[in-house]
Amino acid sequence: MTATAKKRVELDRVVIRFVGDSGDGMQLTGSQFTYTSAMLGNDIATLPDFPAEIRAPQGTMEGVSGFQVQIGAVDIHTPGDEADVLVAMNPAALRANLKWLRTGGHLIVDLDDFEGKNLKRAGYDQDPLEDGSLDGYSLTRAPITSLTKEALKGVDLSTKGIVRCKNMFALGIVYWLFNRDPERTLRFITEKFRKDPALIEANTKALQAGYFYAETVEALPSSYEIAPASIAPGLYRHIAGNQAIAWGLMAAAERLGSDLFFGSYPITPASDILHELTRHRGMGVLAFQAEDEIAAVCSAIGAAFAGQLAITASSGPGIALKGEAMGLAVMAELPLVIVDVQRAGPSTGLPTKTEQADLNIALHGRNGESPVIVLAARSPAQCFEAAYMAAKLAIEHMTPVILLSDGYLANGTEPWRIPDLDAMPDIKRHAPSADVATPFQPYLRDPTTLARYWAVPGTPGLEHRIGGLEKADVDGNISYDPMNHQKMVDLRAEKVARVADHIPAQSVRCEQSGKVLVIGWGGTYGSLLTAVTELEAAGESVGLAHFEYLNPLPANTEEVLSHFEHILVCELNSGQFARYLKGLFPEHRFHQLNKVQGLPFRVNEVKDKIMELCHG
Amino acid sequence: MGEQAVKISEVTLTKEDFTSDQTVRWCPGCGDYAILSAMQKALPEMGIAKEDLVFVSGIGCAARFPYYLSTYGFHTIHGRGPAVATGVKLANPALSVWEIQGDGDALAIGGNHFIHALRRNVDINILMFNNEIYGLTKGQYSPTSQQGLITTSTPMGSIERPFSAGEVALGSQATFFARTIDTNPKLMSSIFIEAEQHRGTSLVEVLQNCIIYNDKTHALITAKENRDDFQLHLEHGKPMLFGAGKSKGLRLNGLKLEIVTLGENGITEDDILVHDALEPDPTLHQMLVRMRPPEFPMALGVIRAVKAWTYDEGLAAQLAEGQAKAKIKSVKDLLLSGETWEVS
Repeated sequence: MTATAKKRVELDRVVIRFVGDSGDGMQLTGSQFTYTSAMLGNDIATLPDFPAEIRAPQGTMEGVSGFQVQIGAVDIHTPGDEADVLVAMNPAALRANLKWLRTGGHLIVDLDDFEGKNLKRAGYDQDPLEDGSLDGYSLTRAPITSLTKEALKGVDLSTKGIVRCKNMFALGIVYWLFNRDPERTLRFITEKFRKDPALIEANTKALQAGYFYAETVEALPSSYEIAPASIAPGLYRHIAGNQAIAWGLMAAAERLGSDLFFGSYPITPASDILHELTRHRGMGVLAFQAEDEIAAVCSAIGAAFAGQLAITASSGPGIALKGEAMGLAVMAELPLVIVDVQRAGPSTGLPTKTEQADLNIALHGRNGESPVIVLAARSPAQCFEAAYMAAKLAIEHMTPVILLSDGYLANGTEPWRIPDLDAMPDIKRHAPSADVATPFQPYLRDPTTLARYWAVPGTPGLEHRIGGLEKADVDGNISYDPMNHQKMVDLRAEKVARVADHIPAQSVRCEQSGKVLVIGWGGTYGSLLTAVTELEAAGESVGLAHFEYLNPLPANTEEVLSHFEHILVCELNSGQFARYLKGLFPEHRFHQLNKVQGLPFRVNEVKDKIMELCHG
Repeated sequence: MGEQAVKISEVTLTKEDFTSDQTVRWCPGCGDYAILSAMQKALPEMGIAKEDLVFVSGIGCAARFPYYLSTYGFHTIHGRGPAVATGVKLANPALSVWEIQGDGDALAIGGNHFIHALRRNVDINILMFNNEIYGLTKGQYSPTSQQGLITTSTPMGSIERPFSAGEVALGSQATFFARTIDTNPKLMSSIFIEAEQHRGTSLVEVLQNCIIYNDKTHALITAKENRDDFQLHLEHGKPMLFGAGKSKGLRLNGLKLEIVTLGENGITEDDILVHDALEPDPTLHQMLVRMRPPEFPMALGVIRAVKAWTYDEGLAAQLAEGQAKAKIKSVKDLLLSGETWEVS
């Protein structure tokens, strides 16, 4: 199918937001559009936005589910601040999402749904399609439901089943609008419903009907063209953050030559890591669903003691429960990766919304002097590398490592150039040498890293006892000696501090010195990089230092800070990283941009803040 | 599961081989000494290579146990021992994994891990030392303390109803439950060996005396003058007889157990219940674990040992099936799975 006859407009990027009821299939619609666009060579970033409730009452604001995608002929790092196109399947979806549509943006609604009962459920007193409140937008009133029914006449499905295909009709409209060939989605439909020919026929017809409708109808006077982006050559695939974490851990286990033990308890938004890992029993993944968060981390600690790469994952509430056990892993000096897919807190908070407010608990959330390595992933695909490095550091330095991700990274997807696994750094098991003295001394350390040796049950001659009581230096017996405790606290701190010698130096994007250094960490990377890149291009003196290693910080951190007049720390919390940096580098001038709305930064709000400092 | 997965020691080991170089730091006269000694005696008889034994514990007096054995040991945190032990066993099923708990560790702070370990039936052995008191924290009441017990935290007597460890265990679908007592080293050693041989989670309750905070709590059972009347030694396939000269026995009267005397009212040994530890229906086992002096004797020995699918067997089967069926055999395959496209 090809679009013909109508005007074609070239754009370098566009943001599209699909919104509807939870049951309307908006996630599927959005991801289909995403995949098709990626295969055409666009750069892409996505943001699913769904409610915590599985199925809130139909037609209500609470039940609205959305999927936003930015596609570009240029580098894309975020799903976009505002939508250029909003596809709203019902009044509630429109009401909940109109605020995300830019003024003058294109709004496509299912006209059939805008009637009495549905308007009332959404909280509209009068029909917004008629009262002039949408005058600032380019509005297409498409009778999606009735046209879908019309197109699917004769298909062997119930009315309900037919109406469920309306998302494909909507997707057809958008495919035409952006000149995308629906071919890929048609193949997807055939594969997905291969056991049900009626569903194949229905979805195919709905998609085609939507496409032809858009081509024909005068309400859509032009279509748009987004040329392929100039992205590095190579073989690409899509990946979401949680999937990338699972795969990065599996890659680390494979490199180490270990099975992977994953102890976990279900929690939003981390559960997809468990789901992904359970699919790979065939690769020796021991994914274990424990009875609670504490058992999840404790089973992982047991597996680490037994010599496996051991992982636990959770979100904030679960991390809080795991605190005591993490302290045990610190004391026992066992390798353990704790993944925290952050969500808005405190307490249950906003389970499906993103936030970066677990930095403090990651750095400090254990009793006693209890240092751990803390890493943060910066993009959905980079979660792979971050998880791999977290495992590598845990194994080689014999210490717990906390890897911070967040709800935005977990569910966001982006195209990913498939990495060369052979080029990933090696992971070496820190095992005692064959000629180790007996009896084995469990707290004997590597002189360079200070890591103790990983002696594993089943190995003759290395029998030893460890535990949570303070250990005597070297021999590991229980010790209440004051000077020994001082020494062991210092050794554990020094061991983690020395990791700075084994991680990359902090790099700076854009300007290397000048007026404003923007500092970020974790999932805000895309927004911050976009803001800084755009301002640099506009001639502003601005650089970005985005941290992946939070404890210890890279060795050159202070030097990086010293090259700029102002330092602006941007984070989705009330200033946790800023306070941490102020404590470590009190002589520098720190400014903050903080946001706790359960949402990522918008590029424009970051730019505004940077401009204030550049010209204030 | 023991004998099938765990490597058998090639040399004959002795009690001394299992004794670590650490000074034992329990209070003089503590029942824990006898339990340790019984374990050190039982271990050589199990024939397991020393390096394949792992003792895990939580927190409490009992939890110091691993330090005094020369095997692999891990003294973890309060109540979490079963979870750590589960991780050890799943990571390396060839190990013989033991988990040592006290009554507070197992039934208060660690209750959730305790019941789920039993429900899952991972092939680990749990020894629960039950002295009906918190010792290490200086004498507070525990979930097994008898109602009315005066302790440092119940100066007017404990209000709470106590747990019976066996009842909790059977309610959690335990496949192996045995009870022994610190004054009977032979019984302890033999039960430890049976626990090791059972496939699935074995729970051994050891009635143990805390000489400092709850001394003589089991005295009714252990005192010489009561011993015969208040201890019922259960053996699979044998009648439930006790008392001096095995003159008394248990039988069912309706839905209740009752004590009868042989020779009285025409009672013969044929009227006495025969112990069936292998019976999957836990009803009678429940009645037996609930018995308590002075109304009834305390049941000792292996009360329940039923065959059931273990979690580790299930996991091993899934790993094998996964391996046999997997199209994705390496991370490289994984990265190339699904939809990919070339950008040139």
